[in-house]
Amino acid sequence: MAHHQLVIIGGGPAGLAAATTAANAGVECLLIDEQASPGGQVYRAITDIPPQRAKLLGPDYQYGRMLVEDFNASKAIHQPSTTVWSLDAQREIGILHNNQAALLRADRVIIATGAMERPVPFAGWTLPGVMTAGAGQILLKSAGIVPNNGVVVAGSGPLLLLLAWQYMHAGVTINAIVDLSPKRNFWTALPHLPRALLAYHYLIKGLKYQLELKKAGVPFYSGVADLCALGKESIEAVEFTHNGGRKRIETPLLMSHFGVIPDSHLSRSTGCHHYWSPSQLCWRATIDPWSNSSIEGIAVIGDSAGIGGAVAARHAGRLAGLESAHLLGCIGSKERDEKAHQDRRWLAEDLHVRPFLEALFRPAPNLLAEPENDTLICRCEEITAGTIRQAIEDGHRDPNQIKFLTRCGMGPCQGRQCDNAISQLVAHELGNDIEKNEGYRIRPPIRPLTIEQLADLHEAGEAK
Amino acid sequence: MKSEVIIIGGGLMGLSTAVHLGLRGVKATVLEKDSPGRHASGVNAGGLRQLNRHMDEIPLTIAAAEIWKNIRSLVDRDCDVEFNGQLRVAETQEELNTLQKRVGALQAKGYSHERIIDKDTLYRLVPQLIAGCVGALYNPDDGSARPFHATSAFRYKASALGAKIHSKVEVQSIDKITGGWQLNTNQGTYTAVNIVNCAGAWANKIACAFDESVPLTPKAPMLMVTERLPPFLKPVVGAVGHKLSFKQMQNGTVIIGGAHLAHLDMQQQKTEINFAKLKTSAQTVSTFFPHMANVRIVRAWAGIEAFMPDNIPVISASSKADGVFHAFGFSAHGFQLSPIVGRIISQLILDGQTELPIKPFDIRRFQSG
Ligand SMILES: Cc1cc2nc3c(=O)[nH]c(=O)nc-3n(C[C@H](O)[C@H](O)[C@H](O)COP(=O)(O)OP(=O)(O)OC[C@H]3O[C@@H](n4cnc5c(N)ncnc54)[C@H](O)[C@@H]3O)c2cc1C
Ligand SMILES: Cc1cc2nc3c(=O)[nH]c(=O)nc-3n(C[C@H](O)[C@H](O)[C@H](O)COP(=O)(O)OP(=O)(O)OC[C@H]3O[C@@H](n4cnc5c(N)ncnc54)[C@H](O)[C@@H]3O)c2cc1C
Repeated sequence: MAHHQLVIIGGGPAGLAAATTAANAGVECLLIDEQASPGGQVYRAITDIPPQRAKLLGPDYQYGRMLVEDFNASKAIHQPSTTVWSLDAQREIGILHNNQAALLRADRVIIATGAMERPVPFAGWTLPGVMTAGAGQILLKSAGIVPNNGVVVAGSGPLLLLLAWQYMHAGVTINAIVDLSPKRNFWTALPHLPRALLAYHYLIKGLKYQLELKKAGVPFYSGVADLCALGKESIEAVEFTHNGGRKRIETPLLMSHFGVIPDSHLSRSTGCHHYWSPSQLCWRATIDPWSNSSIEGIAVIGDSAGIGGAVAARHAGRLAGLESAHLLGCIGSKERDEKAHQDRRWLAEDLHVRPFLEALFRPAPNLLAEPENDTLICRCEEITAGTIRQAIEDGHRDPNQIKFLTRCGMGPCQGRQCDNAISQLVAHELGNDIEKNEGYRIRPPIRPLTIEQLADLHEAGEAK
Repeated sequence: MKSEVIIIGGGLMGLSTAVHLGLRGVKATVLEKDSPGRHASGVNAGGLRQLNRHMDEIPLTIAAAEIWKNIRSLVDRDCDVEFNGQLRVAETQEELNTLQKRVGALQAKGYSHERIIDKDTLYRLVPQLIAGCVGALYNPDDGSARPFHATSAFRYKASALGAKIHSKVEVQSIDKITGGWQLNTNQGTYTAVNIVNCAGAWANKIACAFDESVPLTPKAPMLMVTERLPPFLKPVVGAVGHKLSFKQMQNGTVIIGGAHLAHLDMQQQKTEINFAKLKTSAQTVSTFFPHMANVRIVRAWAGIEAFMPDNIPVISASSKADGVFHAFGFSAHGFQLSPIVGRIISQLILDGQTELPIKPFDIRRFQSG
C-alpha cells in the first residue's frame, strides 16, 4: 500500500506531463501535489476558475486545461492537498495530508516542485506592504484579490510585466513600473537575440504587454538602481535612482520581483548534486538528458531543475515519464527513444529564448552580492549583511559556517529567503567562486510538520 | 618546519588542547579535514551536564564545570552559557528509588552535585510537565552553551595564543621519522614531535596508524529544533524511563534530542534523518509536554560522533608510540568535558602526568592480554 512504482512530486506542467506519459505507458504512478487542484504555479486553479478571471489571465493559462484533462484521463493517481516534507536517497518520502503524516516508498521518484521567486534583499524589503509579485499573482489567480489603492511594481523579469498587464486589465491603479534590469543588459543580451528569434512568440508577447501598458499611460522607469522601500509602520513610498537623480513615489503597496529560480530545497535536502548556474544565478540540480539526478532512481524536471518555463517543463516531463517507463520495464529503449524524439526537438526549440531572457533580465550583480551593511539578509532571524561580513572576517568561510554562527537561514523559512543571497555575498567577499563554498545544507522537514504529526507518523512497509 | 605538537581534528577536543598548550607557551598546529566545528562539536545539543554521568567521569565533569562557570576567563567569550540546571524526571516511585540509590552512592564518595527533588519542586521548575511524575534527579549548576559559538570561541582563543589552525587538511597517513612524526596529508606533509589524536568519529583510523586499533563505532544521533515559543522552561529536562533531552533556548526555540540514530554513510560523511526513529522522540515529547503538540519542527539534523563500547572516552598517552596522545570516543557527552580534556592532554604532553584520575580512560583497556 505504501509502495509505488513511481511517485511524482508536483502537479505543474512538468509533473502532469510526466505522470500522464508514464501512466499511459503502463507505470503505476502517484502524483503528489500541495495544491487542491492540478495545474501547478502557472496553471494554478485552472479547473475551477471562473471563465471571466481565466480570460483575464490570457490564452496560455487556458492551455493548462488540456494538460489537466489528459492527466485526468490517465490511470495516474492524483493525491492533492498533500505536502512532501522529506525525501531521502533511499526514496523514502514523507508526506502530510489532512493532518496525517506518513512515509511512502517508491522505485522511482520524479521531483517537479517548480520555481520560486528569487528573493532579493533590498533596503526596506521586510516592511509590511512590500510583497512579491508572485504572491500578488497567487491572490489574483486563486481568490481574485487585487490591490485597490494603487501599487508600484518593481524589479525585473517577464513575470513583472505580466503581472502589471494582468492588473491593468483588472482595473488596478499602477503607480509605476520600475525596471531594475541594468541598461547594459540589453547589450549583453543582444548576441543571443538571433537564437531567441527562433522562439519569437515569447518576445512578441513581452513587447505586447509593454506596449499596452505604456499606451494606458502607466509611468515606466527603466535602468533603475538603489531601490528602497520607505515607511515607519508600513511602506509609504519607494525611492530609487533614475537618470542620475533620486526619485520618490508615494505608494501603499510595492510588489517586487526579480525573476524566478528553481525551488531546489527538496532535491538539495535529498542530497542530489547541484551546481551554481552563473547565467540563472541559482543552484541547479545536475541532471542527464533524461533528467536523472546524481542519485539513483531520482529525477528532477521542469523549473525545479532550472528555469525553462511552462512549455519546456511539459516536454521535460514527457521525457522523464518515458525514461521512467523504460527503466521500470514497461517500454524498451527503442520505443522510449522514438516517442521522445518530438519532445526533445520541441524542448530544444523552446529553450532557444532562454539565454536572451536570462541576459536581458539578469539582476544587477551588486544587488545580490553587495547589499548595504544594515540590509536584512535573513528576515526570519533578523540577520544583516553587516553581521555576515563580520562572520566572514572572523574566519567563517562558507555559508554553512556562517549559518551555524549567526543563525542566518535557521528560521522557519529554512533559508529559502537568504540562501541565494548568502551564496553570492560570501563569494563576493572572499573573491572566490560560489560553488567552492557550497550552499546551505538543507535539512528536513522542508515543509511544516508538527510534533504531534510526527508522533503520529504512519510508517512505510519494509524496503523492497 | 617541525611543530612541537600537531593536533589532528579541529573539534572542541583539538581546539581546547590547542588553547591549553597555548596558555603554556606551546603553539600547536591543528589540522582539520573540513572546517573547525563542522562535526560533533558544532552541531550537538550544547548540554552542560554533570548529572547522571558514569562514575569514572565525575572528577572530570566537576573540573570541567568549574571552567565553564568562568569560561570567559579561559576563552574571552561567554559561549552563550546558561546555568539553569538539568534534571532527570522519575515517573514512578521505583524510578525515583533508583535515583535515590545513585545519590547515596555518590555521597558515599563525597560528591554532592546531584540531589533528589520532590514533586512540588519539580513542578515549580517545570510547570508544563505532564501531571503524575514523582520527582527528579537535579543539578542546579548544570546548563547549556551554544556549541558552534563555544567551538568558535576556542578557535579564536587558540589562534590568539599562536596556534595555527588549518582547514581542509586531512591527515592520510603517518610515518615515524627521527625525533618525531611525519604526517602525510592531502595538502603536503607536516612534521611534529608530538601528535594528538582528536579525530572524533574518525579517530580509529589514526589509532590504527600506531597499531592500536580500538572498538570505536561512529554513530549519528539526531536532534530537532522547533519554532520559537514564549519562554516556558529554564532547566534541561531528561527522563529516567525515556530517551529524552529537552531544552528551551534563549531565543525561544526548543531543542529535542533522544539519542535516536540517523542513517550514517561514513564513506561519504553523510547522515540521513530516520523519521521512523525520530517519531519516537516526538512521542516522548508529546508524553511529557502535551502543550508541544501543535508546535512546528523547523529542522532535524544529526552529528557524527565516536562511541566506545563502555560509553566512556579514551583520554591517554599512546600505549605504542612515543609522543602520541589520544582524546576521542566521547560517546555523545563530550561537549561538557572539552575544557578539561584539553588541559589534561596539555599536561600529559608537557608534564607527563595530570592530577585528574584518567586511568579508566586508558586506551589499553581495549587491548587483550
Ligand atoms: C510565483 C510564480 C508565478 C508564476 N507565474 C507564471 C505565469 O503566470 N506564467 C508563466 O508562464 N509562468 C509563470 N511562472 C513560471 C512557472 O512557474 C513555470 O514556468 C511553470 O509553472 C513550471 O512548471 P513546473 O511544472 O516545473 O512547476 P510548477 O508549475 O511550479 O509546479 C510545481 C508544483 O509542485 C508543487 N510543490 C512544490 N513543492 C512541493 C512539496 N514539497 N510538496 C508537494 N507539492 C509541492 C507546487 O505546489 C506546484 O503545484 C511563475 C512562477 C512563479 C514562482
Ligand atoms: C547530536 C549530538 C548531540 C550531542 N549533545 C551533547 C550534549 O548535549 N552535551 C555534551 O556534553 N555532549 C554532546 N554531544 C557530544 C559532543 O558533541 C562530542 O562528544 C564532542 O563534540 C566531541 O568533540 P571532538 O572534538 O572529539 O569531535 P568532533 O567535533 O567530531 O571533531 C573531530 C574532528 O576531527 C576531524 N578529523 C577527523 N579525522 C581527521 C583527519 N584524518 N585529518 C584531519 N581532521 C580530521 C573531523 O573533521 C572533526 O571535525 C553530542 C553529540 C551529538 C552528535
